[in-house]
Amino acid sequence: MTLRRVAAESLVPAGTLVGALVAWEAVTRGLHVPRFIMPAPSEILAEGWDWRYRFVEHTWVTLYETLGGFALSVAVGVPLAVLIVYSPILRNALYPLIVLAQSVPKIAIAPVLLLVLGHGEVPKVIVAFLVAFFPVVVDTATGLAATPPELLDLSRSYRASAFKTFLKVRLPMAMPFFFAGAKVAITLAVIGAVVGEFVGSDRGLGYVILSATSYWKTELAFSSMILLSLMAIILFGAVELVERLACPWLAPAGDE
Amino acid sequence: MIRLNAVDKTYRTRQGDVVHALDDVTLHVAENEFVTLVGPSGCGKSTLLKLVAGLTPATRGTIAIRDQPVRGPFPDVGFVFQQPVLLPWRCVLDNVLFSVEMLGLEPRDYRKAAVDLLELTGLAGFETKYPRELSGGMQQRVAICRALLPDPSLLLMDEPFGALDAMTREEMSLELLRIWDERRKTILFVTHSIPEAILLADRVVVMTPRPGRIARTLRVDLPRPRTMDLEFDPRFKATSDEVRALIFARPGAA
Repeated sequence: MTLRRVAAESLVPAGTLVGALVAWEAVTRGLHVPRFIMPAPSEILAEGWDWRYRFVEHTWVTLYETLGGFALSVAVGVPLAVLIVYSPILRNALYPLIVLAQSVPKIAIAPVLLLVLGHGEVPKVIVAFLVAFFPVVVDTATGLAATPPELLDLSRSYRASAFKTFLKVRLPMAMPFFFAGAKVAITLAVIGAVVGEFVGSDRGLGYVILSATSYWKTELAFSSMILLSLMAIILFGAVELVERLACPWLAPAGDE
Repeated sequence: MIRLNAVDKTYRTRQGDVVHALDDVTLHVAENEFVTLVGPSGCGKSTLLKLVAGLTPATRGTIAIRDQPVRGPFPDVGFVFQQPVLLPWRCVLDNVLFSVEMLGLEPRDYRKAAVDLLELTGLAGFETKYPRELSGGMQQRVAICRALLPDPSLLLMDEPFGALDAMTREEMSLELLRIWDERRKTILFVTHSIPEAILLADRVVVMTPRPGRIARTLRVDLPRPRTMDLEFDPRFKATSDEVRALIFARPGAA
């Protein structure tokens, strides 16, 4: 019974992945597909291994651009959500601006931002932030507004201050919502950092992909992509882990 | 203990409609009396509780608790709602301690009292569970413990058993009476259920809607401690017929 579950939950997806890789390898070799059109998985791996030392620096650059953008989106997004929920005037003033900022394609802003802010990692952090902050604001605001009115009445009947009610009731109530937004934001921040690098940079995984394709080195572009995916998965997992530590009362999915 | 004199309450909804929630309500409740408010939806029962708690001001008339006019939240009050509204991130014990914490008291001084209350309500051993691990009836017991912990002299209950199934509901009513027997306080209890209103109360206040008015106040002369068997008592039936007649005699009260 449990063995069948293990098979269904891990062996089947792993088997599918391996099967797909083997088929990929077989097709590219069997049909003699040129390397620059579609490299075989073994070639991608070999190229990645050759680049392992250079990849450390590029991965590190993209990682801290991503983390910087994400941190900024939390640092700006959460206070913004608090202002929106607590002040009707600010809500009316800020909400249209935030939605407007969201509706402009960030990828279109990136060249302008880099023009204004110049080279280096800061503009990439800003692009990552711009791409990532919207879900943080919206989800946190939704969470802060989700407190049952009875609980607010109860706090008021105990003459608790608004700050105390915020700290002990509304903020913890918003935590699961915040984390839902943060999980979307961290993956968006990776995209933002790479887009920033595409527009103009000489370091980072986005830069490696762009320069590799201009030299017809498709296998190098593929290995950078794999690293980027791994980074996004690990970062997502990290946010999820923090969520589980910060909100132990939430049942893990599938439990009970 | 509570005196409402000629209280009127109108408020404006978000859509801008004016609602006349309470019209000329006069009600006196004695110390340690158990009074139930019964009536259809929209008769202003819940509004009346909020007025007494000082959460919203009266439009006209006066409200006083122990001869002190109510001008804002009155701290010697416990509130129990239809939903338990517990804090999902706190274990049962910390949920019970929430009330004293919000009152600005030291939770550590109330731990023993909180544990005793949980035992009194049959929740011994559940102190470290999260609310989601409890049934609806147990969650509502936690909410009652939370309201009782600061030992308020007045307990306001807004359809506290309304969301429970019929069997749990009967069980909880009897349990509330048992608790009230042990720790006397004034209770103002809102309900939709006529049998529940009669079973619990010293006096039943029958209300009619639009605008909310008190149709009549009936004294329940049934012996205490009360049991479910009382439902077959002819006096119980007579009172319940009377309440029913009052509520259904004037539909809309227009």
